[in-house]
Amino acid sequence: MNDMARVERVVDTGQAKITASDVQVHYGDTHAIKDVNVNIGDKTVTAFIGPSGCGKSTFLRCLNRMNDTIDVCRVKGNILLDGEDIYDKRVDPVQLRAKVGMVFQKPNPFPKSIYDNVAYGPRIHGLAKNKAELDEIVEKSLRRGAIWNEVKDRLDAPGTGLSGGQQQRLCIARAVATEPEVLLMDEPCSALDPIATAQVEELIDELRQRYSVVIVTHSMQQAARVSQKTAFFHLGNLVEFGETGQIFTNPQDPRTESYITGRIG
Amino acid sequence: MPTLWLVVSVLVLAAIGYVLGRKRALQSAGGDVRALHSLPNYYGLNVAFAALIPALGVLLIWLLAQPMIVENSVSGLIPDEAIPEDSTRGLVMSDVRRVASGLDFAVEQGAMTLAESQSLKAEAGDIRARLGEVGVALGAEVEAEVLDAAQRYRQMTTTGTHAMTLIVALLAVAGLAIAYARTHKDFRARNVVERGILVLLILAASLAILTTVGIVFSMLFETMNFFGLHSWKDFFFGGTWAPNFRGDSELSILPLLWGTLYISFVALLVAVPIGLFAAIYLAEYANKATRSFAKPLLEILAGIPTIVYGLFALLTVGPMLVDFFGKGGFLGVEWMAGATSVLTAGVVMGIMLIPFVSSLSDDIINAVPQSMRDGSLGLGATKSETVRQVVLPAALPGIVGAVLLAASRAIGETMIVVMGAGAIAKFALNPLESMTTITTRIVSQLTGDTDFASPETLVAFALGLTLFVLTLGLNILALYIVRKYREQYE
Ligand SMILES: Nc1ncnc2c1ncn2[C@@H]1O[C@H](COP(=O)(O)OP(=O)(O)OP(=O)(O)O)[C@@H](O)[C@H]1O
Ligand SMILES: [Mg+2]
Repeated sequence: MNDMARVERVVDTGQAKITASDVQVHYGDTHAIKDVNVNIGDKTVTAFIGPSGCGKSTFLRCLNRMNDTIDVCRVKGNILLDGEDIYDKRVDPVQLRAKVGMVFQKPNPFPKSIYDNVAYGPRIHGLAKNKAELDEIVEKSLRRGAIWNEVKDRLDAPGTGLSGGQQQRLCIARAVATEPEVLLMDEPCSALDPIATAQVEELIDELRQRYSVVIVTHSMQQAARVSQKTAFFHLGNLVEFGETGQIFTNPQDPRTESYITGRIG
Repeated sequence: MPTLWLVVSVLVLAAIGYVLGRKRALQSAGGDVRALHSLPNYYGLNVAFAALIPALGVLLIWLLAQPMIVENSVSGLIPDEAIPEDSTRGLVMSDVRRVASGLDFAVEQGAMTLAESQSLKAEAGDIRARLGEVGVALGAEVEAEVLDAAQRYRQMTTTGTHAMTLIVALLAVAGLAIAYARTHKDFRARNVVERGILVLLILAASLAILTTVGIVFSMLFETMNFFGLHSWKDFFFGGTWAPNFRGDSELSILPLLWGTLYISFVALLVAVPIGLFAAIYLAEYANKATRSFAKPLLEILAGIPTIVYGLFALLTVGPMLVDFFGKGGFLGVEWMAGATSVLTAGVVMGIMLIPFVSSLSDDIINAVPQSMRDGSLGLGATKSETVRQVVLPAALPGIVGAVLLAASRAIGETMIVVMGAGAIAKFALNPLESMTTITTRIVSQLTGDTDFASPETLVAFALGLTLFVLTLGLNILALYIVRKYREQYE
């Protein structure tokens, strides 16, 4: 397969950006994540794959404490960002989320204009000194989200009026506008056509130069194309974690093998 | 009483029809339920409905129409000469009704025989005394024309009631018989019952609408009477409210409207921020336990009768304000003369409206999808930034709708302003002065000695109609805004 060829490239993963150890997540009585240990490298793209309902989104949401907003959700274990425990009492989840951005599984543009959607984060964090700078940030972010050409003439139109795929890219643009150090992307291409998908993958590759990216995907090809590391989840367990090339060519666990060859899912 | 018995008999008939219809359907299918087109209950219901609906429908219409028809034809019997100069046909007709019902009552009590009551002569001059014996008080001795009209009234009513009983009973029996005859295993009883239920629902809906229309029309007629007696220019554009029962009043709505709007404004100034903040706290910050006891507690406020709020205004808030702003008060100023004022009524009305605003806003804020909040929090916004910049703007149209609904309640509120606002109609800016509102003036124009031919009384209807139009407009606007908002998340 042509995609697999890219996996052979040299992987230069930096030191660990996020270290998660013994993470357990419970939703009430449901044990959604069981004993997960994972290192997410700096300047690396890490892909989470696994069958539906296995806990990929849940684990992703642990990394920027979005699970705090769910009443029934309890997270145990250690998650360190740059060596600091993000679940420590002294850590402000608001600041954490500014550093660890997120693109949600379901596109959720605000009922505001396209411009205001993208400018939301920069405004809150005071990233732009004046209107011109803000305009620049918005344009750059929309370009990176591969949606600039479609919306440049209607920045004042409501973001909720876009198509599903456009909304998804708007949310990507919104997330990159705040320049997070880590970007968590939950199935960012699920509603995109091949061209837009390729553009988003290009963006991920570009982001990797400076940041780390975690991407959840149901497309094996995509995982193989964009990521250096891959984690395979199954029923709340992290079954296998390693170099993407190795996971796809020489999986250690029989469950991984059957999943990537399409026998369980 | 006979009408009640009639209704009961029709109901009994319908119950019998239910049992019979069910039985016949089962028989026609040889006892096999599966051979029936519909479940057996439907056949029973079909027969019951056929007996019930036409009969009760005719009964209802008859009960509404008969008095009007009788009244009209009896009223024609009274010659113009028989109407005293200082009276009207309407007043004479009410005498007729009183005599007629008095005679009926006397017969019922056994003070007269039926034949006796029918052969009374006005010339004998003892009718007033004889009716007085059974407790029916008449103002004066009965005139011959009035007695004739009253006898005619009784006769027509009796005939009408007999005819009604007969027709309704016949309709019920006929309905039952026809439906019973049609009951057969292939008859589509289920579909017929379905249609019957639809008709029932439509009837209920149109009854509600018709009542509204009826209210509006009755107000409209009296309002037109008013404008026949008083210039509409003074009413809408005059500057003074000075009713004078000896005539020559100045009856302008503007000072009252000013008082109404001013007090409502103060009420909203109290209710909107407090209610909205309470809603935000409950919807966004409070945990489940707090919510489950704070929300019902807030809603208890909504259950307090407004007269109790009125007492609160009169006995607590008013004197307290006087303690601050009145003569010899804490502030050493003399801005407030009495306990009644715009501020007194406005503050108390605001308290009354808090649960209204908070409960509606709470529902609207809860309807904003969680994914919106997640999106904002995920970008590193704080909770209050999220509320201010995402949740509230998304909920704003709904909240505006809630505020408008609260405003229309404030404008129509009566008891609190009767007790807390005062009775002086004027244009003033000082909220510590007492002022009056449209609703309190309606109450005062209609209580006490009223003469429904004078503009001073009829003005109440014009005021009421204006108030109705005002609140209706606000409600329509509110509903429009709320509906527009709903479309956003569908
Ligand atoms: N808010 C919640 N409350 C209760 N249970 C939840 C909640 N969110 C997720 N779960 C449960 O946690 C488990 C993992 O869900 P999660 O959303 O992480 O799956 P996923 O791997 O992202 O699936 P998909 O690929 O379909 O998105 C599921 O069993 C799900 O039912
Ligand atoms: Mg998911």
